[in-house]
Amino acid sequence: MENNKGSAGGFARHRREDLIGKTYTYICVLLLIIVITAIVYFVASKGLATFITDGVSPVEFLFGTHWNPVGDNASFGALPFIAGSFIVSLLAALIAGPLSICAALFMTEIVPGKGKRILQPVIELLSGIPSVVYGFIGLTVLVPFISALTGGDSIGYGVAAGALVLSVMILPTITSIAADALASLPRGLREASYALGATRWQTIYRVILPTLAPSLWTGIILGIARAFGEALAVQMVIGNAPFIPKSLLTSASTLTSVITLNMTNTSTGSVQNNVLWSMALMLLFMTFVFIIVVRLLQRRNKL
Amino acid sequence: MQTSTQPRFGTEELSVFYGTHEAVKKINMEFPEKSVTALIGPSGCGKSTFLRSLNRMNDEIASARVTGRIWMDGEDLNDRDTDAVTLRQKIGMVWQRPNPFYKSIYENIAFGPRYHGTRSKKKLDEIVEQSLRRAALWDEVKDRLKESALSLSGGQQQRLCIARALSVSPQILLLDEPASALDPVSTGKVEELVIELKKELRIVIVTHNMQQAARVSDYTAYFYLGNLVEHDDTTRLFSNPANQMTQEYIMGRFG
Repeated sequence: MENNKGSAGGFARHRREDLIGKTYTYICVLLLIIVITAIVYFVASKGLATFITDGVSPVEFLFGTHWNPVGDNASFGALPFIAGSFIVSLLAALIAGPLSICAALFMTEIVPGKGKRILQPVIELLSGIPSVVYGFIGLTVLVPFISALTGGDSIGYGVAAGALVLSVMILPTITSIAADALASLPRGLREASYALGATRWQTIYRVILPTLAPSLWTGIILGIARAFGEALAVQMVIGNAPFIPKSLLTSASTLTSVITLNMTNTSTGSVQNNVLWSMALMLLFMTFVFIIVVRLLQRRNKL
Repeated sequence: MQTSTQPRFGTEELSVFYGTHEAVKKINMEFPEKSVTALIGPSGCGKSTFLRSLNRMNDEIASARVTGRIWMDGEDLNDRDTDAVTLRQKIGMVWQRPNPFYKSIYENIAFGPRYHGTRSKKKLDEIVEQSLRRAALWDEVKDRLKESALSLSGGQQQRLCIARALSVSPQILLLDEPASALDPVSTGKVEELVIELKKELRIVIVTHNMQQAARVSDYTAYFYLGNLVEHDDTTRLFSNPANQMTQEYIMGRFG
């Protein structure tokens, strides 16, 4: 029989392999941390330069409604864009949320086998379409349609078009999270409800949805986060006017659309360029907020 | 329309198919009032499937098909015109794994009665207390009714599920291995409860535990490969089984 100490060569080899594996994973993690920290640092330093170097007041940036970045009386009120981002994202979630949850219920509760086989690939396809294609369709189909719907009073570009395009884009995000949550629900809960003489609708409404509320909210928040960060498709249909929208049909802008439109027109280091970085910082900050909310919801989910 | 072949509560030629596989084969069985009937047999013998078909829970499984008749006071429960939702109020069910709703203890019990239209807070309070008392859980939880049902121990959760089933005043209780996921002390409590509850209702219990069947039941039915092999008085079946297969199974020689 082989003695454990006798196979010293094997022991050394095992230790060496462990060491190599460990070092490799450490390097990967370190690289990730460096990249993330560098991005955050870069965005923060650029974004804060607007206020520190260029002397723009943060209050004006956050709450000013006047955006006129060029000239002697330049003003940098970004509120119209902040408001625009929130309005289109929330509207998109308002449209996509109920639709997605119903789609997920259809797949898992109403027609489990067939529903899932047909809907799942469709949803996956939706999530794979590039955002420029969504924007293009919105521009070619949705914008003229909205214009025609209002009898030509509106040009069609605006908040409604932006929110609709975004709602289709976030539909797969919310649906797949909701469908996963529904699938993870213990079977016993449904049976217990049925055995008490509940109908399917009562079971969905009173047992399944309340039990899954935190997960469903997680899906909706992640949908809002995606809508908040989407630039191209929105920019193509929202009209890009620097004002707080007064109705669903008025043209507006979002933080992302202003950045994509203006980044190539400004020179690095100028106040016009720095203020775009401030908006990027704002987007980064909102992403953190969304992640924190999702974390809190998941903690609640554990009960 | 009561004829001599129709049991008060029981089955006539009841079969359950999963696809083309016949999991339960033409079972004729009667469950007498105020008694416990134990269904025993090796895993996969069809006893749980049979139990589930009694309150039409197999309706929820797309591939399952149930033929034959389930009689209850002259009505065929397996008739497609019989509303499964209504009949389930009369036939409660408890499963192997405790499955309380992710709600408070109180809400778990008040849930069923609310479905069926009880709105008055006073009436609901009454039902909650009465159901918990009948399930011998009241003294342990009366001061924490607002707490999550998931904060209870496994044994308490199972008694909560029994209380929940009792909340809609069923006439029959179906128990699918109600104690097999519990520790011995909790198992003892559930068994005491079964013996107590049979004073008021019919109970059908599926169990893998021979001693448990012998302790709690008045009648025992031995299932094998979807067939009802033997159905008799519990004492007689355990002391002097008529069938060789039953004898071997209860002696622990196979299964």
